[in-house]
Amino acid sequence: MVAKADFEQSEGADGADIRFTGRLTLARLGDLPARLDALGPIASLDLSALERIDTVGAWIVTRTVKEHGAKVTGASPAAQRLLDALASDKSEYRVHRDRRPALIRMLEQVGIASRSVWHELIGIIGFFGAMIMALGTQLRARRRLRWNAIVTRFQTVGVDALPIIGLMTFLIGIVVAQQGAVQLRQFGLEVFTINLVGRASIRELGLLMTAIMVAGRSGSAFAAQIGTMKLTEEIDAMRTIGVSPMEAIVLPRVAAATILMPLLGFYASICAIIGGGVFCWIGLDIAPLTYIQLLRDIIPMTDFWAMLIKAPVFGILIGVTGCYEGMQVRQNAEEVGQRTTSAVVAAIFLVIVLDAMFAVFFSSIGWN
Amino acid sequence: MSDEIDEQVAEELAAADAVRPDAFDYAIRIRGLVNQFGDAVIHDGLDLDVRSGEILGVVGGSGTGKSVLMRSIIGLQAPAAGEIEVYGKTLDAIANEEESRDLRRRWGVMFQGGALFSTLSVAENIQVPLREYYPRTDQKLLDEIAAYKVAMVGLPPDAGPKYPAELSGGMVKRAGLARSLALDPALLFLDEPTAGLDPIGAAKFDELIRELADTMGLTVFLITHDLDSLYATCDRVAVLAEKKVIAVGTITELLATEHPWIQDYFNGPRGRAAAGCNIAAERHDRKS
Repeated sequence: MVAKADFEQSEGADGADIRFTGRLTLARLGDLPARLDALGPIASLDLSALERIDTVGAWIVTRTVKEHGAKVTGASPAAQRLLDALASDKSEYRVHRDRRPALIRMLEQVGIASRSVWHELIGIIGFFGAMIMALGTQLRARRRLRWNAIVTRFQTVGVDALPIIGLMTFLIGIVVAQQGAVQLRQFGLEVFTINLVGRASIRELGLLMTAIMVAGRSGSAFAAQIGTMKLTEEIDAMRTIGVSPMEAIVLPRVAAATILMPLLGFYASICAIIGGGVFCWIGLDIAPLTYIQLLRDIIPMTDFWAMLIKAPVFGILIGVTGCYEGMQVRQNAEEVGQRTTSAVVAAIFLVIVLDAMFAVFFSSIGWN
Repeated sequence: MSDEIDEQVAEELAAADAVRPDAFDYAIRIRGLVNQFGDAVIHDGLDLDVRSGEILGVVGGSGTGKSVLMRSIIGLQAPAAGEIEVYGKTLDAIANEEESRDLRRRWGVMFQGGALFSTLSVAENIQVPLREYYPRTDQKLLDEIAAYKVAMVGLPPDAGPKYPAELSGGMVKRAGLARSLALDPALLFLDEPTAGLDPIGAAKFDELIRELADTMGLTVFLITHDLDSLYATCDRVAVLAEKKVIAVGTITELLATEHPWIQDYFNGPRGRAAAGCNIAAERHDRKS
């Protein structure tokens, strides 16, 4: 068995004379650097007894020579080659970025974050504008919309989402009815559960849940697909061929999301109402026929219109945010992940903000 | 406490002894290698020896399985049949984790695209293998090692803290080389190191490989399409064709063989140009 790197020392007039033994390699280094540092002045380093040396060993020697002005003796030709390779000054080679004080960095982070929120908002609005322009150009040039591309998206954005959206809103319908019934029972007004489920589903819940689901399923997919296409330079290739990425990639996706949101939203509302109905039937003994009869009286047409007006707006928002974030990918695979995340977060956040604004607006024009 | 460290050291030393590169005449021995994907047979009874301390160039047309061969040797591709020995050890990653770890420490691999970890800076990339195998090395030494490795592969002084996305193509290759050299391997695998570089960058890279191999006493397994690289760096060249290594030898020896592909390869317009340059350069060297 070969010994680990070690050294013998003898005190000379100008400092210690070090004689390395064993193998001065990374694998055998152990605590040798620390022991070497603990010594006082070193006058010479004798490498003649070394069995082997690698670049790390040579670096230790070089470092000691520089610190103590020590002489090197007995280097084998191989060792000398390594020493020569490492001889030039490496002090200018940096390993870490410059670090500023914590407070400054914190302030800087806050500043960067605020600015990026602002830029993001401006960016999304600008992107929306660019998309409208592209649509205008396309229509003016009498180029047909890419229906094939749009219909392909119908499958992924719409049809594939039906089971999960249906199941989710059905369950939410049950939960709303059940929780509502518990509260209303205290006043003996259990029958108003139908009002709660019916109006909440059509006006808010169905569409909002759909928007969140579509943002999570399709907004993220848009961002990831487009981001990857940016990385592989497919988008650039498209531009050089003369195909507008706006026309070929963005518009079909946004169009699909816009057309499908009202359909999905309506479907989701119906599923929620069915869920509520099932609970009313089983839990409150309200027969399905009665339930439907009552719903017709309770739900005003304006609730339905409110949903239909909101839905395409949410669709545009989700589509545009997803495509915009995808287009922002510049550098690496990690960015695709980040952009996908922010596409979903921004879309859901903006949908909820807009929904609140719609709610205030519809109330003030008397659609109660 | 110190007993514990001593014990760890002893363990590491024992592990380091398990594989002894300098005790072998052949770094790699391959016998009867068969690789296939479904019905497509890539290698059929391939034999190859790589001598310790040589730079072996591996050439072959597209799809002849040069990269697959490299992947088989480093254990990324399980062969259908045959035997691969690296420093006397048959590599079977699944059968013996300990031993394959020892082997992995003896080699460095540079992938075609650099395969740098994109979330780590160049310096951190270089430190990944060091931390994996020598977790007790202190940070100061790690930083110094990263700095001199960056210098050794000819990267500029400010490259260390940069992220792969901030580097040019040539710098990514050099950074990849620096990472593959992190553990001072005895054996270096390079997959088309000069592909995608401009001729000047490629020539410098060839020079760098030759220089590092001489300084550090490396054995190099070099896959390349670049005829200039072959002339500039390789001691011997192995030619892959017909699912086998059809010839191994110095370029002069290969030129003497009759095989049509080898003749086409070295005597095609590009081959002659590279050879011509090389002869001219040698003449120039002799004069000066």
